[in-house]
Amino acid sequence: MRAVDALIECLKAEGVEVVFGLPGGANLPTYDAFYDGGIKHILVRHEQGGGHAAEGYAKATGKVGVALGTSGPGATNLVTAITDAMMDSVPTVFLTGQVRTELLGTDGFQEADTIGITMPIVKHSFMIQHPLELPRTLHEAFHIARSGRPGPVVVDIPQDLSRADIAYEPVDDLHLPGYQPTTEGNQKQIRLAAKALANSRRPVIYAGGGVVNANAAAELTELVASDRFPCTCTLMALGAFPASQGQWLGMLGMHGTRAANYAMDEADLICAVGARFDDRITGKLSEFAPRAKFIHIDVDPAEISKNVPAHIPIVGDAKNILPRLVAEYRALETDASRLEEWWGRIEQWRKRYPLTYEDSTDAEIKPQRMVQALYEATGGDCILTSDVGQHQMWAAQYFAFEQPRRWINSGGLGTMGFGLPAAMGAQVGCPDQVVCCLAGDGSVQMNIQELATCTEYGIPIKVFVMNNGYLGMVRQWQELFWDKRYSHVDMGQWPDFVRLAEAYGATGMRLDDKTTLVDGMKEALAKEGPVVVDVRVTREENCYPMIPAGQPARNMVG
Amino acid sequence: MGEPGTKEPLSLEELEAAGGIRTGRKHVLSILAENKPGVLSRIAGLFARRGFNIDTLTVGPTDDEAISRFTLTVDGALHPMDQVTKQLHKLINVLKIRDLEPEETLARDLALFKVAADGAARGEVMQIVDIFRAKIVDVTKRSVIVEVTGTKEKIDAFEQMIRPFGLIEMARTGEIAIARGRGET
Repeated sequence: MRAVDALIECLKAEGVEVVFGLPGGANLPTYDAFYDGGIKHILVRHEQGGGHAAEGYAKATGKVGVALGTSGPGATNLVTAITDAMMDSVPTVFLTGQVRTELLGTDGFQEADTIGITMPIVKHSFMIQHPLELPRTLHEAFHIARSGRPGPVVVDIPQDLSRADIAYEPVDDLHLPGYQPTTEGNQKQIRLAAKALANSRRPVIYAGGGVVNANAAAELTELVASDRFPCTCTLMALGAFPASQGQWLGMLGMHGTRAANYAMDEADLICAVGARFDDRITGKLSEFAPRAKFIHIDVDPAEISKNVPAHIPIVGDAKNILPRLVAEYRALETDASRLEEWWGRIEQWRKRYPLTYEDSTDAEIKPQRMVQALYEATGGDCILTSDVGQHQMWAAQYFAFEQPRRWINSGGLGTMGFGLPAAMGAQVGCPDQVVCCLAGDGSVQMNIQELATCTEYGIPIKVFVMNNGYLGMVRQWQELFWDKRYSHVDMGQWPDFVRLAEAYGATGMRLDDKTTLVDGMKEALAKEGPVVVDVRVTREENCYPMIPAGQPARNMVG
Repeated sequence: MGEPGTKEPLSLEELEAAGGIRTGRKHVLSILAENKPGVLSRIAGLFARRGFNIDTLTVGPTDDEAISRFTLTVDGALHPMDQVTKQLHKLINVLKIRDLEPEETLARDLALFKVAADGAARGEVMQIVDIFRAKIVDVTKRSVIVEVTGTKEKIDAFEQMIRPFGLIEMARTGEIAIARGRGET
């Protein structure tokens, strides 16, 4: 069979049900194989959209997402999505076409050095050099993408090699001598961590996206419940611990709650699980959690002591380590009353600094109110994706996530235009769930073309555009830190999102009255097919509270 | 928006004051990696994008043709070495990394010096060559080419001695290294 037919067989063997892509000259053979290969293919309108859809699919389902693009511009259009997947550790495989081997290095038509361009932004990449390598390489790509700390893998396939006739045999052994992720976790270190927790008087459990990736939300909840440990999550981990539980402090970091950030600031022990001490969490690094000792559990040894020196490092998979940590901790039979004083302090912060905003006195919709209304309209029972900016932070603050894989956004790279295609991918992966995208009017236009894909395939995502006519977060920074010199942040009046939605064959709606907001949203959710709701909100509202960049948590404002 | 919450310009001193654990000495890293296309590029690219500076780099075969040895010297005064090695370990093609302890390591550099040596100077140059146990490998009427092997310090010293005679050009390999004793590096 042709190498591309073997490729289809490999994808099936890896359990791939759907891929997102766009054909071109260099991957014509691959597309010929997809014609009747038996794997669902979603034709996207732009490769970046396909890449983010693969990410959304992977984040919602936990399976590897797959995106295809042709050589040259097809591959360069995927670059943002690949980087995004790298920063947020999303298990993804990107298959790119490449010019014929005889043209390599000659600046041939639609030739780009895909491997070279993507080298700094992939977990690993492969250039196929011989058609016989293709099956094994694909399996290795999937193994690398999903194991250890997940991430994107690029496989670049020259056009002529993909047409080659090969004898295909299923591959059941991989040869990756340089890749053996540590998953077990050292028992001595785990015992040490349990003792440290037992001795602490002001502990905080700080969970990151790694907990979601490891499917260890239940194990995290178990750890928190093993004593009265206060728990906070990063933007990437929201839902890994149920927001309705009493030990939940809210999100931490730049726009996190005061209770979470102050608790980190005063903690004597911080137990980090699958988190990487990003600058959006620590603020000024030299003044971050000055009294704390650190337990750091992570599957990637390079994250440990990268930003904050760990006193008790544990390298391994959270799903494996957390139950053992709980068992060791329970065996110590500690006295929960030692945490009374700490909870007293936390309760003070909670009472004094709840998340709040000043609602309008008329019908005007405050952006925070919009998020609350969406929660009310959906009953919180949906997958919510977002773009990047103010709306993303308000969603993180005001939408109470109870389960993991329900909140899908671009954290590390902060990619505007992520939300809509990610919602599309999530909906394809979870057809029975309600999938909403909370977008900004700036962000949503960066991949709005995928609305056509949604309409064509009947992918019924509900897009709620928080429309303030600004690049809101940049405007906020210009207001607060740059003397209100609004430089190029006013997006003006256009487009008309209602008519744009209709042009794409979707339903368009506009809501601008807070008294009918929830009903309007319910109406949108009840419609079949994709819907875009243009929600007009207060133009100049700031997202608070906030740690000004480069400052310590205790300097929070707003 | 990575910029701090201020519109004040940053001073160059502030920019240079970066954190991290520094050992303050030269490190010789011996890296075994799969002999596959692009591996050098992955290693070099990692150093570039993480802001680590390579002082010297040599690449060559090992007794196993599927494996190459990279010998890298890095200034531990400028870079957190544990981050350097941990990040290198994440490269799928990298099999083994050893941060060689100076006292347990045999390191050698090879250099070729082209020196102006006519008339009276020639005798003196030959004397220095003898002292350093170097070798003259090419002679013309007006110049000689000298081959020197040894530690980095020895070659530095040779260079210093020979320079006054008129150093025309010089080529150095950078260090290769192997651990002393029975065990594999």
